[in-house]
Amino acid sequence: MTEAIPSTTAGTPPNTPPGVAPGTKTDVAPSAAARRLSIRHGRLIDPANGIDGHLDLHIADGKVLAVGEAPAGFAPDRVLDATGQVVCPGLIDLCARLREPGQEHKGTIASETAAAAAGGVTSLCCPPDTTPIIDTPAVAQLITRTARQAGKARVVPAGALTHGLAGEQLSEMATLRQAGCAVMCQAERPIINTQVLRRAMEYAATFGLTVIMRPENPFLRDNGCAHEGRVSAHLGLPGIPEAAETVALARDLEVAKQTGARVHFRALSCARSLEKLAAAQARGIAVSADVSAHQLILTEDDLEGFNSQCHLNPPLRTAADRDALREAVRSGLVSAVCSDHQPHEPDAKLAPFPSTAPGMAALETLLPLLLRLVAAGVLDLTTAIARLTSGPAAILGLPLGDLAPGRAADVCVFDPEAKWRVGPKTWRSQGRNTPFWGERLKGRVTWTLLGGKVVHERRR
Amino acid sequence: MPPPNIQLDDQGHLKHFLTLEGLSRELLIKILDKTEGFLGVARQAVKKVPLCRGKTVANLFFETSTRTRTTFELAAKRLSADVLTLNIAASSTSKGETLLDTLRNLEAMHVDMFVVRHAESGAAHFIAQHVAPGVSVINAGDGRHSHPTQGMLDMFTIRRHKGDFGRLTVAIVGDILHSRVARSQLAALRTLGAGEVRIIAPRTLLPAEPESLGARVYHDLREGVRDADVVIMLRLQRERMRGAMLPSEHEYFQLFGLTEERLATAKPDAIVMHPGPINRGVEMDSQVADGPRSVILEQVSNGIAVRMAVMALCIGTQNRLSQAKAHD
Repeated sequence: MTEAIPSTTAGTPPNTPPGVAPGTKTDVAPSAAARRLSIRHGRLIDPANGIDGHLDLHIADGKVLAVGEAPAGFAPDRVLDATGQVVCPGLIDLCARLREPGQEHKGTIASETAAAAAGGVTSLCCPPDTTPIIDTPAVAQLITRTARQAGKARVVPAGALTHGLAGEQLSEMATLRQAGCAVMCQAERPIINTQVLRRAMEYAATFGLTVIMRPENPFLRDNGCAHEGRVSAHLGLPGIPEAAETVALARDLEVAKQTGARVHFRALSCARSLEKLAAAQARGIAVSADVSAHQLILTEDDLEGFNSQCHLNPPLRTAADRDALREAVRSGLVSAVCSDHQPHEPDAKLAPFPSTAPGMAALETLLPLLLRLVAAGVLDLTTAIARLTSGPAAILGLPLGDLAPGRAADVCVFDPEAKWRVGPKTWRSQGRNTPFWGERLKGRVTWTLLGGKVVHERRR
Repeated sequence: MPPPNIQLDDQGHLKHFLTLEGLSRELLIKILDKTEGFLGVARQAVKKVPLCRGKTVANLFFETSTRTRTTFELAAKRLSADVLTLNIAASSTSKGETLLDTLRNLEAMHVDMFVVRHAESGAAHFIAQHVAPGVSVINAGDGRHSHPTQGMLDMFTIRRHKGDFGRLTVAIVGDILHSRVARSQLAALRTLGAGEVRIIAPRTLLPAEPESLGARVYHDLREGVRDADVVIMLRLQRERMRGAMLPSEHEYFQLFGLTEERLATAKPDAIVMHPGPINRGVEMDSQVADGPRSVILEQVSNGIAVRMAVMALCIGTQNRLSQAKAHD
């Protein structure tokens, strides 16, 4: 039985990672409950601690005990042989929709955290646009409790920045934080009234809460469903101009500067946004940003033939934008890469393109897509792992994302060379909506450990 | 990696007719030539040929239309097909049935061809991807994307009057952004190698990167139609004023409305076209619409023959495919 790290409940200090309840049943082998475990012969990459080498990892009582030599007298209950594999901190995803509560026909906390574990993701932040919205402690606690019972991943709910995400009244942010919401977020809903935005950021800053914004001007976005450019011109799809993002970003950056709030921008999609972000950082404004992994791979050209699996929001933009996003991830201007996981039922994608629901199920393709960039020479492996671990951990302000002794033993062990086909045999998410369905991807998770417990094990 | 062209079978024959993009010059010429042959059917005492006898064509109009719907209906009847016309805008979908359910129900009635008009771009592609094998889909207009039979009837009309496309200057005037007709015309003119293609509109009615459609952009009507052989006017929807794309019909007509006087810079024998229905006094004045250079009503007659040609080609491909299957 695992003695897990402290679990998040009402009243828990916010800097404690949300955990898994002790003694939670999981559908993994009995040996998974080993109290002492060693991962041997792997290439250990821990970007936050500057480690990249063939080092063993020793785990006891749910925590990292030692890196390298085992302490004298350490007798592991189980040894994982990671020869030829990479051992790294469990991945942290800043944006994954679990669809529960309210849209269980698309996904459940159990199904989607199982997908997370299969993808090597041990912590994820879910946006507040559930039904009901995460604007009361009860909803936040329902999510964290259900996630603890499922026992597959740490789920950090993002609290609604405004009541009902309506952009009118502030939410009870301090109370939401007490209930486990590490960050405040407006999901995809706009705050049209800039005074409300200013007050929300000021109030969040009072409590040192990070605000996550997805910059989008709703008027410029209008009914758009594709990047406004060459492809939308040919396909006759209503366009979303870059300005829909940059105008909102410019406003939010100025309000961040005015209020001193710590603001993180989600899912930037175009080169012009990156210029604005870099300029703001140069001015000393406390802002950070992430991109969705698929934005580093796909472009507007993938919409040809009206492929509704590529109906995404923000939209896939030009190859030049994609290249700029890649460079920003490499340089660290963008410090995290997310899955932006959005599982859907099959019907949601079975309609003419503009009527389909945007988004893709992406937890299980997050790591392989980043590894594709490593193979293409865009990123080195350490940087890729940093953007999936220490980068997002810093944004959440949680003591996760590295393997220093004493840390929760959240670990991802993957075979960077193993190929697998995206298909029903391996796929765990309830949503099969991915443009990569049927493709062979390289890089496969062998073991995922959550608090020292094996929560995913690749079948051989 | 471009997706395979779902309009064609593996030998390059027309199976569905969804967009003119990706179709070869040879195929477009073949459609135009076949149209010539069908033009005579309307002048026969018995206006019928038996090419589609025993076939069932369902016209699915999810968006209202008079001209396109009736010409498709006539085209199918003149090919001796059984025709079913459903104005779905007012039926099933308003009861919450999905497009796919509507389609499955009609498929169960063993329809051989769907003619589809829908308000959303990509609707015809979606249906073609999901129909049973052996059923053809003809796009009768999908959102802003494509209206390929209109595009071909316009090419047919131009060819009858002007001959070789390579020497022609064609000007398209009006709401390019929202026009599936313009996109189809531009695709056809690119493929057929038109000498010069121009689009004339205020910036609010142009898509992003308009030059990628293969045309030169003008904002001045007189300049745009200078020395043109063909002037195509597009319909202006009233909702463009509400969407803040234009200040008023009055100003639009002042700047982009076609009058005899503004047509003076075009070639003396230039023809004037319009896909209909015309807003007189908005896109053009009545003098031009009813004048000697207008070929607008001829476009309507040609529309029937073009639609017969396309339907006959698709049914022919289906027949070949089913015969090949029977031999296997």
